Amino acid sequence: MSAREDILSRIRSALQDSPEAPQIPREYRAASGMDADGLVDLLVDRLVDYKAQVAVVPAAEVPATIASLLEGARSYVVPEGLDGGWLAAMDDAGTGGSRRRVDSPAEPLSVADLDGTDAVVTGSAVAVAETGTIILDGSANQGRRAISLVPDHHICVVKAADIAGILPEALGRIDGTRPITMISGPSATSDIELQRVEGVHGPRRLDVIIAR
Amino acid sequence: MTTFLGMPALPAFGSGNLFAGESFPKAAHRELGNAQLRANLGHATHTIRDKRQAVVSELPDWEQLRDAGSAIKESVMARLPELLEEFEKNFTARGGVIHWARDAREANEIVAGLVRATGETEVVKVKSMATQEIGLNEYLEEQGIEAFETDLAELIVQLDHDKPSHILVPAIHKNRTEIRDIFLREMPGADPALTNDPPVLAMAAREHLRRKFLTAKVAVSGANFALADSGTLAVVESEGNGRMCLTLPETLITVMGIEKLLPTWQDLEVFMQLLPRSSTGERMNPYTSLWTGVTEGDGPQNVHLVLLDNGRSAALADEMGRSALHCIRCSACMNVCPVYERTGGHAYGSTYPGPIGAILSPLLTGIQAEENSSLPYASSLCGACYDACPVKINIPDILVHLRSVDVDSKRGTKKVPSQMDVGMKAASWALSSGKHLGLVEKGLPLGRLAAGRDKKIKKLPGIAGGWTQSRDIPAPPAQSFRDWWAKEHKSPAPSRDEKETQ
Ligand code: SF4
Repeated sequence: MSAREDILSRIRSALQDSPEAPQIPREYRAASGMDADGLVDLLVDRLVDYKAQVAVVPAAEVPATIASLLEGARSYVVPEGLDGGWLAAMDDAGTGGSRRRVDSPAEPLSVADLDGTDAVVTGSAVAVAETGTIILDGSANQGRRAISLVPDHHICVVKAADIAGILPEALGRIDGTRPITMISGPSATSDIELQRVEGVHGPRRLDVIIAR
Repeated sequence: MTTFLGMPALPAFGSGNLFAGESFPKAAHRELGNAQLRANLGHATHTIRDKRQAVVSELPDWEQLRDAGSAIKESVMARLPELLEEFEKNFTARGGVIHWARDAREANEIVAGLVRATGETEVVKVKSMATQEIGLNEYLEEQGIEAFETDLAELIVQLDHDKPSHILVPAIHKNRTEIRDIFLREMPGADPALTNDPPVLAMAAREHLRRKFLTAKVAVSGANFALADSGTLAVVESEGNGRMCLTLPETLITVMGIEKLLPTWQDLEVFMQLLPRSSTGERMNPYTSLWTGVTEGDGPQNVHLVLLDNGRSAALADEMGRSALHCIRCSACMNVCPVYERTGGHAYGSTYPGPIGAILSPLLTGIQAEENSSLPYASSLCGACYDACPVKINIPDILVHLRSVDVDSKRGTKKVPSQMDVGMKAASWALSSGKHLGLVEKGLPLGRLAAGRDKKIKKLPGIAGGWTQSRDIPAPPAQSFRDWWAKEHKSPAPSRDEKETQ
């Protein structure tokens, strides 16, 4: 008998008492009922608690904010599908464009290239205010998972309309079969005497721009 | 639902790192002597438990989430065959490959075979209890394949050739100076000027592993959840080592117990609220990765999953004990357990320590396994673990159930009555009648002779000696209650016997 058959038959045999699958009580909260301002405030509070830096700006100021955050970066990577216009200020800044590396499905950057890149700019799929979580699902404005992982500084733009109050609302908005990364603050460890240290293997700096 | 029509199979128990090397009382006694361990653990468990309490109280619907989590897991166990088949269909349809392993040996062979097929001799690893349970690292080493643990705590433990002592903070038994010394001794190229400052040590680990991450072709991981209706796997972590392993290599091999399934994508909303808060006491862990088979152009293109039985079907056959399989390995139960807090994880022997280990290990190996038969007694039955468990596993009830299974399994076998049996017989004689008790109490003042000047008994012979090894017993009073009553009231204390005969 194959291992598969063997295991399935062991399990069936173990369940000879035919236990009933209970109804799932879903009385937990399905929605937060918060208004738009409340969502932004709560998300900011939670992100700051994680030691992420946050800027809440009108949509028109996103390019300037990105440019100022990228000031010290010698190079940065963006996914090919990043929302048009977000890099306008970088283009104007003259040298901005020359520091840029574009990652595309047709021409993906090597891991070594990414390792030699200081920062990354991405969009996001949805955010969860209550837990301070930003969810990336690999859509065109976020790119593949490696680009938001290897560079040490992640600048992530969250549109106010994409902020959900609680986790059930957020997960309801995304397709679970896409490659998904949930990010709550920068990389961190508490493995040495429980002292929290920000930044181990993932980006050590997370900047979130909330665009109203 | 399919009905089972075949012959009931004998339970197939698990193998690997599930056994205590020695009985719990013996191991616990040794660990109790380690003051450093006890201080570290006491600090850690109390800190995490306070954090947990704070973030749990924030949620108005915590109890509703626990109810949902518990019911979802119960339905998973009831529907396990069909859910496994559903998951297999969906994961495979998206380019993943599924392997089934009856036990630790089979799982190890499958993983080693898959690594060998890539032509590589090195793998990077994400912290995983399943691979620790099957002893994968040791097996791979025998096969000439080097496995690098990438979680900071696991790395510390691996470099020191030690074993984890807690499932969430495996190196909690080591302090910063010990860790620095381990790095200096075992990490090639470590800076001799390394200080014991945690951020400095974390950066040393980052440097040490960075090259490995960027060049590794094969990674091995566990999984926290598998969603049957979408064929998705999930890994929950903090440091980013998980993301590194799950996205940069070409081949990803995941080893997961068959009990980790959840029926639907929606169920993730329950468990992603229960797990981080119960585990690290955070509202959410820094990183969670989800993948469904293979995604073209993103992440590993060869994606494997080894589904592991290793005694889980045997645990499932125990109607009373099967809910131990609901465990999501959050570690909340160990952080509240007075026994674990004093003995630490090593005393339990198995990969699964603490209250859950005390029931899960004997369920997976069979209580007949001599080394594990003492584990269900490693508890004061205070019930704190049940209250803390996010999926409401009634650990105290299962402990009591397993104790009776243990006693039954020993009945009929040739067994010399232990000191405990003798002691219990004496106690039942003494407590069965007031006259008997009175007689025993007459001997109490003798106990004062055994006590020292501080009126504490520090050493008792026989089974009672087990108690006095780690605690003092106050000396008995000079006068028994019955004597006092008789003197005060000029008549013997009323006893049950007398009332009954009146
Ligand atoms: S038994 Fe419950 S509390 Fe203990 S680790 Fe498992 S899920 Fe957590």
